[in-house]
Amino acid sequence: MNIIVCIKQVPDTTNVRIDPETNTLVRSGVQSIVNPFDMYAIEEGVRLKEKFGGAVTIVTMGPPQAEEALREAISLGADEAVLISDRAFAGSDTWATSYTLSRAIQKIGKFDIIICGKQAIDGDTAQVGPGIAAFLDIPQITFVKKIEDIKDSFMRAERMTEEGYDIVESPLPCLITVVKEINEPRLPSLKGKLRAKKAEIRKLEAKDLDADPDSLGLKGSPTKVVKIFTPSPRKGGQILEGEAKDVCEKLVELLKTEIL
Amino acid sequence: MSIKVINEKCVGCKLCVKTCPFGAIEVVNKKAVIDLHRCTLCGACIESCKFDAIVLTKISPTDIPFPKKFDEYKGVWVFCEQKKGVVQSVAYELLGKGRELADTLGVELCGVLLGENMKEEAQKVIHRGVNKVYLVDSPALKHYQDEPYSKVLIQLIKEYKPEIVLCGASSIGRSLISRVAIGIHAGLTADCTGLDIDIKERLLLQTRPAFGGNIMATIICPNHRPQMSTVRHKVMKEAIENKHHKGKIIEKSYDANVYYSRTRLLDIVEEIEETVNLTEANVIVSGGRGIQNPENFRLIEDLAKALGGAVGASRAAVDSGWKTYSHQVGQTGKTVCPKIYIACGISGQIQHLVGMQSSEIIVAINKDPHAPIFTVATYGIVGDLFEVLPELTRKFKEVLKK
Amino acid sequence: MDYLLTEEQVMVRDIARQIAEEKIRPVAARYDAEGIFPWDIVKIMAASDLCGIYIEEKYGGTGGGAMELVLATEELSKACGGISLAFAATALGTFPIILFGTEEQKRKYLPDIAKGKKLAAFALTEAGAGSDAGAIATTAELKGDHYVLNGTKQWITNGGEAEVYTVIASTNRAKGARGAAAFIVEKGMKGFEFGKKEDKMGIRASATRELVFTDCKIPKENILGKEGMGFIVAMKTFDQSRPGVAAQAVGIAQGALDLTVQYMKDRKQFGKSISSFQGLQFMLADMATEIEASRALVYACARMLDSGNTKVSKDSAMAKLFASDVAMKVTVDCVQLFGGYGYMRDYPIEKYMRDAKITQIYEGTNQIQRSIIANHLIKETASK
Repeated sequence: MNIIVCIKQVPDTTNVRIDPETNTLVRSGVQSIVNPFDMYAIEEGVRLKEKFGGAVTIVTMGPPQAEEALREAISLGADEAVLISDRAFAGSDTWATSYTLSRAIQKIGKFDIIICGKQAIDGDTAQVGPGIAAFLDIPQITFVKKIEDIKDSFMRAERMTEEGYDIVESPLPCLITVVKEINEPRLPSLKGKLRAKKAEIRKLEAKDLDADPDSLGLKGSPTKVVKIFTPSPRKGGQILEGEAKDVCEKLVELLKTEIL
Repeated sequence: MSIKVINEKCVGCKLCVKTCPFGAIEVVNKKAVIDLHRCTLCGACIESCKFDAIVLTKISPTDIPFPKKFDEYKGVWVFCEQKKGVVQSVAYELLGKGRELADTLGVELCGVLLGENMKEEAQKVIHRGVNKVYLVDSPALKHYQDEPYSKVLIQLIKEYKPEIVLCGASSIGRSLISRVAIGIHAGLTADCTGLDIDIKERLLLQTRPAFGGNIMATIICPNHRPQMSTVRHKVMKEAIENKHHKGKIIEKSYDANVYYSRTRLLDIVEEIEETVNLTEANVIVSGGRGIQNPENFRLIEDLAKALGGAVGASRAAVDSGWKTYSHQVGQTGKTVCPKIYIACGISGQIQHLVGMQSSEIIVAINKDPHAPIFTVATYGIVGDLFEVLPELTRKFKEVLKK
Repeated sequence: MDYLLTEEQVMVRDIARQIAEEKIRPVAARYDAEGIFPWDIVKIMAASDLCGIYIEEKYGGTGGGAMELVLATEELSKACGGISLAFAATALGTFPIILFGTEEQKRKYLPDIAKGKKLAAFALTEAGAGSDAGAIATTAELKGDHYVLNGTKQWITNGGEAEVYTVIASTNRAKGARGAAAFIVEKGMKGFEFGKKEDKMGIRASATRELVFTDCKIPKENILGKEGMGFIVAMKTFDQSRPGVAAQAVGIAQGALDLTVQYMKDRKQFGKSISSFQGLQFMLADMATEIEASRALVYACARMLDSGNTKVSKDSAMAKLFASDVAMKVTVDCVQLFGGYGYMRDYPIEKYMRDAKITQIYEGTNQIQRSIIANHLIKETASK
């Protein structure tokens, strides 16, 4: 089974810096981690490989330092890694990102399943997964909390909804986005880390993809950021003091109209 | 994927024109021309052509010729999500905002409704202030499925050309609209907390949080139409119901190809939570590391019950196994915005705050006066939650019985 | 401080640290309170290839040595000195096989230990034979093609949980210390039972039990080395394992110190953080320096062992002695610095003090360590 997992390296911090000229992230100088939801995607990909055989290829679109994220994924059990990096991709919105990733995946070759994390914690859009599926014209199952079975080129999965879950069946190849409930990501192994250190990362640039240059990067992004601002911080209110009994009485007094 | 006519092979016989169920082909100057905005790639013409002059191509959607002028694009649309045949309240919230936007632009507000036997619901949508409802009624659309819904919506948009499309940021909305945006090369902004109009440029100004709410960004989509946004539940105010309001229902139906879904919905499973659904709740009582052990969560549950609220948990509590992940509030859990959020024994790390800081009233109970939670709490109690919680529960029960 | 670790050692340390922070820390208090053996942590360590870091590659390990063992033990102990023992005490029980096992014995037992499938334990101590190890009364009688073991071992770490036990028993009581031998005994062998689980002051997530041998028949191939070599096996094993105990002590001390510094920054009295009071700052400085010094001794010892040097007794005794004394002193001071909260079981610091104590006692009491060191000093001077 050929499994592709798309991951993103995101800033792990409350301090973010925005380039005032392009209104996009300044990625260097801030500690980076693999997007938490992508850790679940990587784990699911590796589990599928362990169950059905095959290989897991990790793909990421990002600046050169995103290679760290790829190596981390290899230490967790992935087999191959591809870094899609080029100045031309800078400033991509979700449309351009989905386009670029779909082109790269087509370059990488045949696949049975593409796994993405539900959303990235910097953009929080959850759009790229379905976007890739749309560009590749393959079916999708989003918010997968469990893959029940894969048989005869069909996947049966549980798709999380607000009320519970749907059981959905899809032919392969398909794309899924996963939520935290799906598994418990493993920790890296020593052998994995050694392998990750030696691993060769395949690199793809804009010229390597059959891509329309007008659809890449800031130029190819239908949405444009015009303003970034920090929201006015929520201010603390009043501290209620006194004995538990008194404090509770005061609080109940303050809140009772809201509750009723 | 796209489709094209090989002009050298085409003889202008018009067989494809007759075959096309969507009226997407014309013969111009003795050659077939396919209107890509109407074409659904069903392939009927390919089969009918005796000269193999029509082929499917693997061209990106970006090759679809795009009008530079947007005069043709008018109107504000709201996708009205329905579950089990009932339009969801998030749609009514979007209609409320949508009416504002439409009035500013001087255009119509339309609802889009897909489902089976939805005529009555369509009326309800009209009562919320829309000028039109585009209704696509079919058994195939009874339950949401990604492909049929996105293909139908793409068809509608291509035909009627709205300038703005709004959709709820629910699990349905997010899956649907992301796919649609690709199909029509539109810009999509997720989880908007603010929508305004720049009337000079006739642009939708979409404001949304990023980095867990630490940054707000205003986004526009200058060169593509429609401009699409998703908005979360409970961010906008519902449109008021006016049973006398009148509007048109425009019924559309499409070929089976459009309704065809490669994925199949096998079953819908509802998981009944013992208490109220977290994201819907008006009151949430949440416990963190300060609760110390799973048995003590009973104190949280008692208070939640007394207030008719839901039980939440910080990541620390979930990681320790005291509550399941479905209760987790925070960056990697759920984002909630209840009227009242009571945080007990939660220190208030940023990763938790981003999940609940838009609550109207925040109450914090913590024995550490320096806990960050107090910086955002409307009311703070520095004390022992093991004393405060039972007392609070008792008092609320007293007061609310009255 | 830069310890000049190799890349692979850094990887071992980082993995152990991640396991300690993400997996051990959340459960440490509960496992301690309820005396739960950390099988779940063992599984996680196994999945990360940590169980075999001191075992040769050809037996399924990753081919590291004492330094890797020490690094991992220290990191795990920062989160819990009891949970780390499941790993560290297995190393102790495995060294006799590594040092004295035949090829068959190594092939039979090492792979499962390296993969974390089985744990090991070392059994020397008895009710009447603690520091006076020569007074062991457990006997092993050769009867045809097997040995018959009779006797009781006391206070064996991993007792009851481990599958593989390396046991020192007397084959000839008349010869005293020279009449002992080392044997491999497996859980489940007939005549091998366990006593009750001991109720300990600290390291409560570790399992400590009696081993009771009643006419326990073991194949004669299970002897490690030869009859009479028992104490040599034990002494050489301790030479290898002492840095591990020392590392556990360093980890406990460091873990306690880290919690304390954080607490002192947050705790305000007299209008400021107590970390700004000079008297307390001096205490912190002393503790940090002593821990660093004990770490240096431990690492130097580990590197020496890895270089193939077998004359390590005095140095490993020094490392164990110093690190454990420092751990005890540091943890007592840390409780003090937490003030009233330090005495409360709600707060994590008193556990470190309870855990530290055992490091001064087991694997040779610190008094025995001093004897070892003094004897070597005197011998060295005598030979000049």
